[in-house]
Amino acid sequence: MALGTIVVVALSQFVLQDVASGLAEQRRQFALVESQAQVARAQEAFDQASAQDAEAEQLLVDDLLPRLEGSGTTRLREVVLLRASGNQRAATLRETYSESLLPATITPELREAVAADPDRQQSQLLQVRSGSDADDGSPAIAVGSRVVLPLSGEYDLFLVYRLDTEQQNLLVVERAFLLGQLVLVLLVGGIAWLVTRLVVEPVREAAGTAQRLSAGALDERMLERGEDDLALLSRSFNAMADSLQRQIVQLEELSQLQQRFVSDVSHELRTPLTTIRMAADLLHDKRHEFDPDTARSVELLQGQIDRFEALLADLLEVSRFDAGAAELDVEAVDVVAVVRQAVDVCAPLADSRDVGLHTDAPQQPVMGQVDRRRVARVVRNLVSNAVEHAEGSDVTVTVAADAQSVAVGVRDHGVGLDTAELERVFDRFWRADPARARTSGGTGLGLAISLEDARLHGGRIDVWGRPGQGAHFVLTVPRRNGADPGEGPIRVRPDSLGDDHVADGRGGHDHGQGHDQPHAVGHPSSIPVPPPDVLASAPPSPTTEVVR
Amino acid sequence: MVDDDPALSEMLGIVLRGEGLDAVFCADGSKALEEFRLRKPDVVLLDVMLPGLDGISVAQQIRAESGTPIVMLTARSDTVDVVLGLESGADDYVVKPFKPKELVARVRARLRRTDSVTPEVLRIGELLVDVPGHSVTRSGEPVSLTPLEFDLLVALARKPWQVFSREALLEQVWGYQHAADTRLVNVHVQRLRAKIERDPENPRFVLTVRGVGYRAGSADVAETVAPLEAAPVAPVLDGSDPVAPEPPRPGS
Repeated sequence: MALGTIVVVALSQFVLQDVASGLAEQRRQFALVESQAQVARAQEAFDQASAQDAEAEQLLVDDLLPRLEGSGTTRLREVVLLRASGNQRAATLRETYSESLLPATITPELREAVAADPDRQQSQLLQVRSGSDADDGSPAIAVGSRVVLPLSGEYDLFLVYRLDTEQQNLLVVERAFLLGQLVLVLLVGGIAWLVTRLVVEPVREAAGTAQRLSAGALDERMLERGEDDLALLSRSFNAMADSLQRQIVQLEELSQLQQRFVSDVSHELRTPLTTIRMAADLLHDKRHEFDPDTARSVELLQGQIDRFEALLADLLEVSRFDAGAAELDVEAVDVVAVVRQAVDVCAPLADSRDVGLHTDAPQQPVMGQVDRRRVARVVRNLVSNAVEHAEGSDVTVTVAADAQSVAVGVRDHGVGLDTAELERVFDRFWRADPARARTSGGTGLGLAISLEDARLHGGRIDVWGRPGQGAHFVLTVPRRNGADPGEGPIRVRPDSLGDDHVADGRGGHDHGQGHDQPHAVGHPSSIPVPPPDVLASAPPSPTTEVVR
Repeated sequence: MVDDDPALSEMLGIVLRGEGLDAVFCADGSKALEEFRLRKPDVVLLDVMLPGLDGISVAQQIRAESGTPIVMLTARSDTVDVVLGLESGADDYVVKPFKPKELVARVRARLRRTDSVTPEVLRIGELLVDVPGHSVTRSGEPVSLTPLEFDLLVALARKPWQVFSREALLEQVWGYQHAADTRLVNVHVQRLRAKIERDPENPRFVLTVRGVGYRAGSADVAETVAPLEAAPVAPVLDGSDPVAPEPPRPGS
């Protein structure tokens, strides 16, 4: 639009200039022809005159010059008579100006031009000032020629033609052009608006449709009208949307099929497993009636069925997360009570390992909008994981809350984890040290499930560890479901360690030395690279969950 | 016992017989109701996935004509399945694979009845609960409840001043010793309300205490309990009277 305006203005200026100079040139040609006639007339009059003295010649000139100005009342030109610069004659004439002209009207340049080439007409476009006012001038063409007087010798005769008429014509043209410009600018604006309507609007519509599509409204399509490029855009866009929708629906169907399959397999597996379970229990109850080998076999059978069950349950849970079918069953609960209950469940395990289990929690309830079952499961998994790797040292469970979130820290002082292990600690079926005896019946999925549980809450699990110094797992979940958990009330780096271990440079606020795999914590962007001093933590040999 | 898996059925039969319980079997969902009418069992074990008619429909059929306790056997603990089962009338559920003791405990809990011989009538507003008679009337009109719903109402009505957490109700009414699925409580409170409340959306007899649990009646109703008990039609004892204790819990 602005560009259009500039083009219009520049173009009309150019044309206007052209018209102006054309008019001036035309007038000049006219002036030259006329001047020639007038000067010839004057020269003829001078030549025929038979003035005897200067005075008579002056009279002749005084009589002639007004006649040169024009006939009758119309003054066509103004006349100036000046003595030529090289005139040595004794007789002199008055230098004469038409009364409306100032002496300064004839420029020295013009005079010099006439002096330099007296045989030809010289012309100049100049401003005629009729008053003393410098601004007050009108354009005119002056034509200078040399005349020779019998007595007084060479004089320069200048005829000045006013360009007032031309000026006025020009003004009219200019006004017409201005109007034209205005119309053109409006036209350009209108065209721009029309183009916007025709081109930009469909593009905007495409953008809007794309946004709605990406927001999940897969049925969104563009309107296809006409046969132009925009219709082509609409058609291509819709074709793309169709193809995307087809693929998404296909994937969804596939995922549903998969989910359905896992579900069906679970049912099919669970029914025989139930029978096996009951038969084994029956045998197990009577094992003291068997010979030692048979009795031991029954015990092993029993243990492995437990493990099989746990594995099946965990696998199903993982497949539910993978299918996105896991749902958060949120209610306002006292997180402290949930944690205490979960820790109590782990007490027999801790007793069997000679591990002291301590809980450090606020006396008053800490209410949070969480899924009780999932939080309890995470705590059970973390605690039994810690107990498994505490190697007889104490395990401390801390509960703390701030305005935004509630956190549960599980700290052990056992084998710990090194940096490489930290990165893999949440991997499925990963074990810190395959060479280590498998003492627990863990499925290898407990921590992976815990992490998914935390993420489902919009929370995270941070982990710190160092070989020989144990590990610290911190679950942080928002108190209000869906809110941002913030920094969390428990720092994953144990406070008992000196400042020299604070290495992540986050303003002294050391945070999760987790792991940088994408599924590691709830907020991947906040995961700092594990600092070199962080070396170890508990391997994941988690518990299974059987509580429904 | 309605299950289409013969091995599981036989094994269950062995386990239940070992516990001194008699079991009859039905492998087809569409024949379950017929069998139920014929045998009149004390408790029904019902698999969810059945040929003929699925377990949820069978539960609905049985519930339509009887309050006999139903325990569902399910391979899926997913929300939808369990809640559907409970809403269709099942009192409790066991997830496969279960331990035999777990199942026996659930069955025993359902068989246990509050067999108090002491006359005891509880009152919440115009709701009268005759505990030994297992009957409930609202403004004189009888209300039909399943034994479980009845137990739930009695537990709440005996201590109208007390707010029961879902966990406490699971222990007292369902006989769970450890944390269990609180959805059991939620669903059955809904079912109970649907039967006793005039406007289940605006309950007056079984109230929700947000973030804690449930309690009987509204505060003003609880106020009137004491004077009403003084002049009842039948001899009335205070609900908290130690002569009507909770029977011992079955299972381990």
